[in-house]
Amino acid sequence: MFGYYLQLALRSLGRHCVLTTLMVLALALGIGACITTLTVLRLLSGDPLPGRSTQLYYPQIDPYPKEGYVPGQSKPQENLSWVDAMNLLQAHHASRQALVALGSAKIEPRQAGRRPFFGDAVMATADFLPMAGAPFRYGSGWSAADDASGARVAVIADFLNRKLFDGANSVGRTIRLNGHDFRVVGVLGHFSPQPRFYALNLGRSYGDGDAVFLPLRAARAIELGPNSVGCWEAADIGHLETAACMWLGLWVELPDAAAVAGYRRFLDGYVREQIAQGRFHRSDTALPSLMEWLRTEHVVPDDVRLQAGLAFGFLLICVTNTIGLLLAKCLRRSREIGVRRALGATRTAIFGQFMVEAAIVGLAGGVLGLLFAECGLWGIRHQPAEYAGLARLDLSMFAITFAVALVSALIAGLLPAWRACVVAPAPQLKNS
Amino acid sequence: MEIGPILASLRKHRIPALLIVLEIALACAVLCNAVFMVGGRMNEIHLPNAIDEQGISVVTLNGFDPERAASEIPRNLAALRGIAGVQAAAVLNTMPLSDNGWNGNLSPKQGTEATDHSSLNINLYLMGEGGDKALGLRLQQGRMFDGEDYANGTLGDSFLPETHVVIVSRSLARRLWPQAPALGQKLYGDKFWYQVVGVVDDVLRPNKAGSGLPGMYDTAFFPMRPGDTLNYYVLRSTPADRERVARQAEDVLGKLDPGAVAEGKSFVDIRGKYFSGAQSMVWMLALVCVVMLAVTAFGIVGLTSFWVAQRRRQIGIRRAVGARRGHILSYFRTENFLLSGAGVGLGMVLAFGINLYLMQHYEMDRMPWYYLPVGAITLWLLGQLAVYGPAHRAAAVPPVEATRSG
Repeated sequence: MFGYYLQLALRSLGRHCVLTTLMVLALALGIGACITTLTVLRLLSGDPLPGRSTQLYYPQIDPYPKEGYVPGQSKPQENLSWVDAMNLLQAHHASRQALVALGSAKIEPRQAGRRPFFGDAVMATADFLPMAGAPFRYGSGWSAADDASGARVAVIADFLNRKLFDGANSVGRTIRLNGHDFRVVGVLGHFSPQPRFYALNLGRSYGDGDAVFLPLRAARAIELGPNSVGCWEAADIGHLETAACMWLGLWVELPDAAAVAGYRRFLDGYVREQIAQGRFHRSDTALPSLMEWLRTEHVVPDDVRLQAGLAFGFLLICVTNTIGLLLAKCLRRSREIGVRRALGATRTAIFGQFMVEAAIVGLAGGVLGLLFAECGLWGIRHQPAEYAGLARLDLSMFAITFAVALVSALIAGLLPAWRACVVAPAPQLKNS
Repeated sequence: MEIGPILASLRKHRIPALLIVLEIALACAVLCNAVFMVGGRMNEIHLPNAIDEQGISVVTLNGFDPERAASEIPRNLAALRGIAGVQAAAVLNTMPLSDNGWNGNLSPKQGTEATDHSSLNINLYLMGEGGDKALGLRLQQGRMFDGEDYANGTLGDSFLPETHVVIVSRSLARRLWPQAPALGQKLYGDKFWYQVVGVVDDVLRPNKAGSGLPGMYDTAFFPMRPGDTLNYYVLRSTPADRERVARQAEDVLGKLDPGAVAEGKSFVDIRGKYFSGAQSMVWMLALVCVVMLAVTAFGIVGLTSFWVAQRRRQIGIRRAVGARRGHILSYFRTENFLLSGAGVGLGMVLAFGINLYLMQHYEMDRMPWYYLPVGAITLWLLGQLAVYGPAHRAAAVPPVEATRSG
C-alpha cells in the first residue's frame, strides 16, 4: 500500500513541478536557518566539562561597603579578593578546591630571531587541573607543596609545546615567562573546555585553550596580573594581595546534595563571622553549580538567542506557506479523491496518501535544508566571533535536521490531508 | 469595486484565506522587529567619534620593562615622529573602541562613595603630551592641557590620576551639570579632585561599560607624564598613509625594544573589529528579512495561481456576461488587498507583542510606533506585487471558457 502511495505522491508532485520546487525550497530555507542557529546555540550553551560539571560549584560573597545596600536587592560579587579566597581555600571544606585567575604572559622563545609573544596564562592552585580533568601527554601537574613554596614550575598546552619544543617531551626544560625562567613539569593533551568557564568575560573565551598554567604564588611573584580586576574602593592594583579588589575565582568539588548544603552553611557562617568582625556589611551569598554559573554570566550572547528566535519565526512562516500550498493542491484534486473514494478507498487511505506526499516534501526539504545549513555554518565560520571556528554540524544535528524537516512537513500536511479525506465523493463525481 | 462577492467567495475558501492572512501577519511581525533591530545596530555602528578616525594608526606595546617606561617613551616617540608622513604622535593608556576600559567612578559632589547614585562610571583617558594633536580632539570650550599640566600629571597608587585638571566630553558635561556651564566645575573621586579646564566634542569609550549605550560618551581626559600605564602609541597621518605608518611604527618599536611585543593597526580597523558583531547581526537580519519576504511573496503567488486555475470557468462566465479584463484584474487585486489588510492588522498587534516580550527578556528599547505602519505598507505592496502575475493570467481567460464544461 505504501509503495502505491509513494508512486501516487511522486506523480502528483511531478505534475506540479514549479509548485513542488517552491514548497521544498521554502521549507529548506526555514530548516537551513533553524539548524544553523541551533548549532551555534548548542555550541554556546554546551557543557564545558561533561561528567564533572555537576560536582563543581562556585562560591560567591559580597565584600562591598554598606552604602547603597538594600537587603534582598543585591547580588553577591563575581570574584573573590585575595584575603577571602585564601580563607575559603584554606578552610578545606570541600573534597577538592582550587583558586583560579586568568592573565596574559609574555613568552620568549629560545630560538634566535623568534619574536616574543603573549599567551593566555592561567594562575591556579594545585587541584585546578585534576578537578577540570585536564589530560596530560607528558609529566603531571604541580603539588600543593609547590603552591606553598611558590615553586617556578609550569604546565604548558600541547600547542605551545609544538611551538616551542616541536612537540618533543619538554618536561624538565625551562620556558621564559615575563622574563623569568619556569621549569616545565607537565605537557597537556588537548584541553580547551568550551566555554572557558573559569574566566570572566565568557563571551571572549572560546578557542584553542590557554597556553600556560602556573602556580598562583609563583605567578604573582613574577607580577603576572589578572585580566579582570574589580575594586570596591580606591586601591593599589600593584599589590593585589592587600588591595580591596576582587580578581580570583574559587571552584569547589561537592559530590552530593549533603555536601552542597554543608558548604552553603559554611559559606553563610564565614560571612556572618566577617560581618561580626566588621570586615563585611552584606550577607548575600551564592553557590551556583557550574552550569548555573554559566547561565547567570549570560554565556550565550543575546544576539545568538535572538537569531535562533528569528530563525524559528522564519520556519513558522515557511511551514504556514507549505500548508497553504499543499492545501491548494489537494483542493484542486477533489475530483481525483472523489473517484478514489467511490472506487473503495477508505478515508484512512486518502489521509495516508496525502501524508506520504507531505513526508516526501519534508525529506526533500531536509536534504536541501542540510545543504543550506552547511552554507550558513560556513558563513558563520568566517565571522569574526571567537566561537565561530567551532560551528560545525555533528551527527546529532544531522539527525535533528531530518527530524525537524519531517515533523514540520507532517504538521504542514495534517490539515490538507484531513481536508482531503473529508471530501464527499458523490458531488465530485456528479460535477463531471 | 464591490467587495460583497469577494467576501462571499472568501467565506467559501475559509482555510486557504486564513493561511494567507496568517502568513502575512507573521511576516509583518518578524519584519517590523527585525528592521527595528537593524536600525538599532546601525545607529551603534555609526556612532560619531570626534577624533581623526581616518588618519589615526595605533601601536600597542606590551611586555616592556615598567621601570624604564618613563625614559623609553620619549625615545620611542622621537623615533615614531621620524617616520615619513607622521604629523603627530603621543601615548595614551587606552583608545576608543579598543575594548580595554579604564573606568573610574567620579562624582560632581564631594565625599560620595563609589557606589553612590550621583557618581558616574567614567572612562579615564590618561594622555601624554601632544595627545590632543595626535587624536585630533576638537576643543569646544576652555583650553587644552599645557606643558605644566603634563609635567605634573602622575598616576597615584590607584586607578585614578594625581592631577587637578580634566577635560570632559560634551555629553558627559551635560550629564554631570545639566543646568550650569561645565568649565570651572569640580569632579571628585576618592581623595582626588579635578577641575574642568576644557570641553571637547564627544569621544567614545573603549567599550560599553557603565551605563551602556547612553553612557558611550562618558569620557574624560587627564594629562599624564610618561609612565608604564601609557602603552597605546597614537600616530596621525593622512588617510592614504595610515596602513604604511602602522606597519612601520610596529617595526620601529619592535626594533627599539626587542623584548617587547608591538602590534600596529589603523584606527579604522579597530573600529571595524569592535562593531564586527553588530555588523554581522545586521547582515544576518537583512538576509532573513529578504528571504522571508520572498517566501511570503511566492506563497501568495502559488496560492492565488491555484485559485485562478480553479475558477477559470467562473471567470469565463463573468467575462461572457460583460465583465472587462480590468474588472477581473481588480477583483483579484481587491481580494489580495483585503487579505493583506487583515494580515497586517493582525501582524501589527503581533509585532507589538513580540517587541514587549523582547523588551522584558533582552536589552531592547520600545519600538517607535512608525515601524508598524511602514512594515504594514511594505507587506501590502508585496501582496499587490505578488498577485500581479496570477491576476493577469486570470484576466486573460477568454469568455469562451464559460461554454467549456470543466
